[in-house]
Amino acid sequence: MEFFRNPNIDFLGKKWYFLAFSLIFSVAGVFSLLLWHHIPLGVDFRGGTLVYVKFAQSPDDNAIRASMDRAGLHNARIQRYGPIAGNEVLIDVSEQETSEEALDRGKTQIINALETNAPAGKQDLNNSSVLTIKSYLMQQDPLRAGTDADQRYGAQAQAIVDYRDKVRGGVLSSMDELKGTADPAVLASLSNGFFLSNFGVRNVEIVGPQVGRQLQNQAKLAVVYSLAGMLVYLAFRFEWIYGVAAVITVFHDTLITVGAFSLMNKEISLTVIAAILTLIGYSNNDTIVVFDRIRENLKLMRREKLADIVNRAINQTLSRTILTAGLTFLTVLALFLFGGEVLHAFAFALVIGILIGTYSSIAIAAPILVAYQDWRAGRGRPPVMVPVGKESARRERPKAKV
Amino acid sequence: MNKNLGWKLIVIVATLVVFVIGIFGIPDNWSGRGLLASLQNRIHLGLDLKGGTHLILQVQVNDAVNVDSDNAMERLKADLRARKIYADISKPDPNNPDKILLKGVPPESRSDLTSIVQDRLPEYNLTSGAENTWTVSMKPQALAELKNRAVQQAIETIRNRIDQLGVTEPVIEEHGLGQYQILVQLPGVDDPGRVKEIMQSTAMLSIRQSLGGPYPSEQAALQDKGGVLPPDAQLLPGRSIGATTSEGGQTWYLISRASAVTGRDLRNAQSSRDENGQPSVSFTLTGEGGRRFAAFTGAHVGDYLAVVLDNKVQEVAVIKDQIHDQGVINGRFTEQETKDLSMILRSGALPAGIKYLEERTVGPSLGSDSIRAGVTAAIIGMLAVLVFMLVYYHAAGINADIALILNLIILLGFLGFSGATLTLPGIAGVILTVGMGVDSNVLIFERIREELRNGKTPPSAVEQGFGHAWITIVDTHVTTIVSAIILFIFGTGPVRGFAVTLSFGLFANLFTAVFVSRVIFDWILSRKQRGEALSIG
Repeated sequence: MEFFRNPNIDFLGKKWYFLAFSLIFSVAGVFSLLLWHHIPLGVDFRGGTLVYVKFAQSPDDNAIRASMDRAGLHNARIQRYGPIAGNEVLIDVSEQETSEEALDRGKTQIINALETNAPAGKQDLNNSSVLTIKSYLMQQDPLRAGTDADQRYGAQAQAIVDYRDKVRGGVLSSMDELKGTADPAVLASLSNGFFLSNFGVRNVEIVGPQVGRQLQNQAKLAVVYSLAGMLVYLAFRFEWIYGVAAVITVFHDTLITVGAFSLMNKEISLTVIAAILTLIGYSNNDTIVVFDRIRENLKLMRREKLADIVNRAINQTLSRTILTAGLTFLTVLALFLFGGEVLHAFAFALVIGILIGTYSSIAIAAPILVAYQDWRAGRGRPPVMVPVGKESARRERPKAKV
Repeated sequence: MNKNLGWKLIVIVATLVVFVIGIFGIPDNWSGRGLLASLQNRIHLGLDLKGGTHLILQVQVNDAVNVDSDNAMERLKADLRARKIYADISKPDPNNPDKILLKGVPPESRSDLTSIVQDRLPEYNLTSGAENTWTVSMKPQALAELKNRAVQQAIETIRNRIDQLGVTEPVIEEHGLGQYQILVQLPGVDDPGRVKEIMQSTAMLSIRQSLGGPYPSEQAALQDKGGVLPPDAQLLPGRSIGATTSEGGQTWYLISRASAVTGRDLRNAQSSRDENGQPSVSFTLTGEGGRRFAAFTGAHVGDYLAVVLDNKVQEVAVIKDQIHDQGVINGRFTEQETKDLSMILRSGALPAGIKYLEERTVGPSLGSDSIRAGVTAAIIGMLAVLVFMLVYYHAAGINADIALILNLIILLGFLGFSGATLTLPGIAGVILTVGMGVDSNVLIFERIREELRNGKTPPSAVEQGFGHAWITIVDTHVTTIVSAIILFIFGTGPVRGFAVTLSFGLFANLFTAVFVSRVIFDWILSRKQRGEALSIG
């Protein structure tokens, strides 16, 4: 099977279309970044408290909001999370709270506010840890256990929590479901001291403003160092203009990806930054493959114009570019569709990044080389795009090809 | 040539065996369940997959500086008083607690002051200011050392406490990304509240002489002592009494500043019951501490003794007889409190307060859902790639598929050997490795096809294809590994897991896509007749 046999497309001739396409997306992204949604920062970077709650039945957003309001959390953001059937809700209290101590209180407040049906003096079994259940059992001592009380009640509490979390997905809707997981005497004792709320907390993220700022700085530094690393490596392996072209290209990709997050108001978290760094690596990959071929062709086709050489290189590598992009895209798409809610934003960044990264190595990086050469020629300087330097000395002299 | 090929095959099979052992270890039993158990043993899952609590806390190093400079100030005061130099001494700046300000030092005492600071406070500098003021401040190097020591001590203490809680495989280390921060990861702990309380408790224990009390208020204490407190004593509050007791209100005791023994002199502490059957903490002193305590109690029979914990008086009792190295702390404790307190006492005191900056808790239900989703995505992505390669490159596709599967085995084996943690983004890294790993094969195969189209014979097309693609492959791998390393340096937790799998995967790919794939081609070519076509789609 073969998708492309000797393609001969004049990519450089279409550079104005490419430029227009890139400009539209970049400008839209920049517009949103500056004037509309700005950079939608995730809790990692802005600080705040996120509580992910799973309900036993389909949750009522308005009721949750009312509970939050009663608890004094007026700016809580309430959002459905994951597939509808999962009955999961994300509750986000961020902006009004600033100090670390207050953030911790936020979590307790949220949980208390949601426990609307709490009978006095009883604890919520859906949100109790093994330790809590165990120490309750130790006090009540329903099994009349002797010296091994610690072990026996520990095992009983662990079994109950395991059943709740691993079999029931974190929420029990009735005490009867526990039959068979623990001793009947233990269960009877539990139903005296515990009740079941209609939710369980799946995940809590509390990030103080100090850590948020710290992570922001690190993310920025990581992106900058990564770009600088590329520039240096490419300047060392090729000519400096290749490095510059690659960095401009990757910057273009990053801008459009971040712009897409801003346009869609999707939050940028730490994992999204990881995806962006991967995309920087990937886009560079693609660019290098084309550059390598350009360098090789420069040695073989000394008399031809640079534009033709570059076009030829793009066409020669086109099959590989499309195949690799397609296959990587396939894997990332699997991640996007099946990887679960936690990885959703990460996979989204890669889906966009791979499309843009592939496009840009053809449409941005290569034309920059040609444009630079033309600009130098216009000023009467000799071309720099000749294969001098470390590489040609190390390899065998190219044989003339017929 | 053929003999060479044989050696290469042996290398490949040996690598395969080594890394399969990396994944599974040497399992005790070879059933499916036994394999799964040893797999779980060898591949460490991150908190986001296993469930647990992740905390970042900051050591309030200024607490430790305050203690040091308080001591320095006391010494300075005493020495100056001894030489009849009277000055107003204070610590004016709470943000720079190492600075001690002296006002109104007579000009003729200058040399005395200099020699006192030089001899008695070697870690401090003396600088003069306007109008007979002097500043004594800690030398920058000593200050930095003190702060670092506080962080290291805090890590040590927290580790002791966590160990006693029975958390398996906790991570407690300096968090290199911030100032004086500690990273604590507690797998399987889904209730951070109690752990946090236990970690945070400073538990500064001392046993001192009680000189008076209880008083209902500070004024009452002052009146009792005629308006002036003795210089070597201080007023300390009694342990605040819960709402359940009828007494209510705060009581005060006059306690000597000097301690008979402190928490450092403890050899052991255990929860126990006192003669009335109430929960209490019994302790044993070290040899040195026991001798001091015996001397003290022997000299003070009939006096009162106070147990002071975190500057609150827990208990006051009369010294009936000389006590050697054992004692009991009573208080209105619950059983859990005595357990926690004895554990905290055993682990030693925190050198400074701590503040929580970040807390993430992943419930075990979310973790197992994440594993399921991640593995599903990985298998689907992998299958899609494997099938595509077969369809597109025919027999050469098998070659690529073998390389890919071997790549995955090496990657997982690396994880097993290195003890690195597999996180959810790490699983994503594995998936990406599949996508990017296949790139090397595509590069090589496309080049071989191109050479074949140009009329080269299969052996020389393979030769040329690998030769030309090799340089490109190195370049592309280096740049991606650079990103991954930067991610590892700057990232934390789950993101680091991603950087780890991505870079392991890329290294493995250099071996599989280039070396293994080449050997398979050579092997196929060696079995073909001259001029027979190569199946590459």
